[in-house]
Amino acid sequence: MADHSTHTPHAVSEADKGYWAANVRIILISLVIWALCSFGFAILLRPLLSGISVGGTDLGFWFAQQGSILVFLALIFFYAWRMNKLDREYGVEEE
Amino acid sequence: MDQFTINLLFVGASFAIYIGIAIWARAGSTSEFYAAGRGVHPVTNGMATAADWMSAASFISMAGLIAFTGYDNSTYLMGWTGGYVLLALLLAPYLRKFGKFTVSEFIGDRFYSPTARLVAVIALLVASLTYVIGQMTGVGVAFGRFLEVSNTAGLLIGAVIVFAYAVFGGMKGVTYTQVAQYVVLIMAYTIPAVFISLQLTGNPVPGLGLFGEHQASGEPLLAKLDQIVSELGFNEYTAHHGDTFNMVLFTLSLMIGTAGLPHVIMRFFTVPKVADARWSAGWALVFIALLYLTAPAVGAMARLNITEQFWPNGTGAEAVSVETIATDPDYDWMGTWQQTGLLGWEDKNGDGRIQYYNDENPAMQERAAAEGWEGNELTNFNRDILVLANPEIANLPGWVVGLIAAGGIAAALSTAAGLLLAISSAVSHDLIKGQINPQISEKGELLSARIAMAVAIAVATYLGLNPPGFAAQTVALAFGLAAASIFPALMMGIFTKVNNKGAVAGMLSGLIVTVIYIFLHKGWFFIPDTNSFTDADPLLGTIKSTSFGAVGAAINFAVAFTVSKMTASIPQEIEELVESVRVPRGAGAAQDH
Repeated sequence: MADHSTHTPHAVSEADKGYWAANVRIILISLVIWALCSFGFAILLRPLLSGISVGGTDLGFWFAQQGSILVFLALIFFYAWRMNKLDREYGVEEE
Repeated sequence: MDQFTINLLFVGASFAIYIGIAIWARAGSTSEFYAAGRGVHPVTNGMATAADWMSAASFISMAGLIAFTGYDNSTYLMGWTGGYVLLALLLAPYLRKFGKFTVSEFIGDRFYSPTARLVAVIALLVASLTYVIGQMTGVGVAFGRFLEVSNTAGLLIGAVIVFAYAVFGGMKGVTYTQVAQYVVLIMAYTIPAVFISLQLTGNPVPGLGLFGEHQASGEPLLAKLDQIVSELGFNEYTAHHGDTFNMVLFTLSLMIGTAGLPHVIMRFFTVPKVADARWSAGWALVFIALLYLTAPAVGAMARLNITEQFWPNGTGAEAVSVETIATDPDYDWMGTWQQTGLLGWEDKNGDGRIQYYNDENPAMQERAAAEGWEGNELTNFNRDILVLANPEIANLPGWVVGLIAAGGIAAALSTAAGLLLAISSAVSHDLIKGQINPQISEKGELLSARIAMAVAIAVATYLGLNPPGFAAQTVALAFGLAAASIFPALMMGIFTKVNNKGAVAGMLSGLIVTVIYIFLHKGWFFIPDTNSFTDADPLLGTIKSTSFGAVGAAINFAVAFTVSKMTASIPQEIEELVESVRVPRGAGAAQDH
C-alpha cells in the first residue's frame, strides 16, 4: 500500500518534476496516436483513406473494426514498457 | 440426445466448475477474499478482469447490433476497447499508488470531502443500476431460449438465479472462478465463429476471414455482403450512413465510461505493484480483444447467412417458402426462437413465401408492387438473439449450441452478480455506515446489503421487461453516466489541483444534466412512454441520449475548473497526496538517486 509517511513535506524535487513532465509527454504522444487511429482514420478521415482497399472494403473500415483495437493494445504495452523504464531512469520504481 | 438436454448439460457443467473452484480456492485463502488480485500474476489478473468486464452487452448483444447496422456500429468495438488506453495511461497506476480499495474512497480522500464521496457513491449507484438493467435484458434472452420459454418467463427465472448467485457471493471475489468464466466465455464465443468462418471463407481465424474471400462466390466477403443487402434495399454494410458527429461523441462516451466504471477500476487497486497495474490493463485488453476482434466477423457472417437463408436461390429469385421454414431442419432455429417472442414472421400477402427486404426503400416498394408483396414479412428480429442463434443458423453441431448457451449465461451472470455486489456494498458500507448510521452493527450492515441487492434486482427485472433498448444500448447509457460523473473527477484528482468544491459541483452538474437528457429521451426512470423526445429526433442537434456522456463529461470538467478557480486552493497535505500519487515510490526516497 502507498506509504505517504516517507514523503518529504513541502518539497517536490526537481527529479520528480522531470519524471512527471516526461510521463505527461509520453501520455500526450500516446493519446494523439489513440485519437488518430480511432476518431481519425476510422471515422473523420475515413473518406481520405477510401482509395486504399482492404479485403473488399477500405482502410477506414478496417481501422474501425480491427485496426484501432490492435493499435490500442500496442499503445498500452508500449506505455507500460516505457514507463517502467522511466521509473528506473529516475529511480522512482518500487523495490 | 435433444438440444434442450445438451444445453442443460453444458450450462449445468459450467456452473459446477465455477462453484467447485470457488469452494477449493476459498478453503485455503479466506483472508485474501478482499484483495482478490494480490499476489496474482498480471496475466491471470487480466483474464479475470476481462471476465468481469465482458457482459451480456459484449457477448450477447454487440455482434447483433453490428450485423444489422454494419460500419456505423463499429462505435461499440472502438469505444469499449479504447477506454482501456485511458484507464492504463490516466488512472490505473495512480489509483494503485494511492492504495485504497474503492473509487469513492479515492474521491472522498483526494477532495477531502465526505460530500464528494457521497456524490461519487450516488453516481456509481445510478450507473451500476442502469448497467444491471442491460444485463437483465440479456439474461431474459439467454434463459428464455435455453429453457424454451417466453422472454418474460426467462427473465424472471434468470433474476432468481442471478440473485442466488450474488448472495452466495464470495465467488465473485475469487479470481480463479473468473478465470474459469473467461475460458468458458471465450471458447463459447470463438468456437462457433471459427466453424462459420471456415464454412464461408475457408479461413479458421474469423478476424481474417472477415476481410477474406467468400468461397461460394469467389468475391471478397464484405463486397458480397454489401451487394446482397443493397439488393434487398438495406443500407450497404460497410458504408457510413448515420451522423458523423454523433458517432464520434458516442465512441468517446463509451471510452470515457469504460475508464469510469468502478468494478473495472477496482481490479487495479489490488495488483501487487504500480508496474503491474500498467501491465494488467494491457493483459485485460488482450483477453478482451480476442472477443472484440471476433465480434465483427460474427456480425457480418451471420448477416450473410441469415439473408441467404431467406433468399436461398439469390435475392432476385423466389423467397423461402413457409413450408420449408416449418419442415426443413435447417430452419429449426426459427421455430425455437419464435417461442421466446423475439423472432416473428408473417406471410402478409398469402403467397406461401416469406419475403425479407427493406419495405421503406422506394426502389424496393416498386419491386414489391410488381411482385405482389405487401411489406417485409420478417416482422421481428430482436438484435439480442443473433449471437445465441448464430450456431443454429449455421447448422453447427448440438454441442456448439450448448456451449454458446453456457457462455452467454456466464457473461450475463458474472457481470450482473458483480454489479449487484457493488451496489449492495455501496449502499450498506458507503451510504448507511459511512453517512447515515455509523453505529450500525455488522449484522445490520449485512442485512441492509441484502435488502439493497433485492431491491436493485427487482427494479432491474421490472425495467428489464420493457428495457430502454437492446442490452448493449442500455449498457451504453450506463457508460454515459459513468463518463459524465466519475472519470472527470478521477482524472482531475490526479492531473490537476482542482479543489473539493470544484469536484462536487462538477460531478453533480455532469451527472444531473446527463440523467435528465437520458430520461427526456428514454422515459423518466426508464418507464416507457414518459419520454418527450426520441433518439431519432433528439433535443440537441444530432446528439442521441446514448452519446450524451461525452457532453456530460465536458460539462463536469468545465464546471469543476470554474468553481475551483473561484474558491480556495487545496490544502498542503492534499497537494502532497497528489504529488505522492504521481510517483511510484515515495518522493523522499527518489531523492536518494
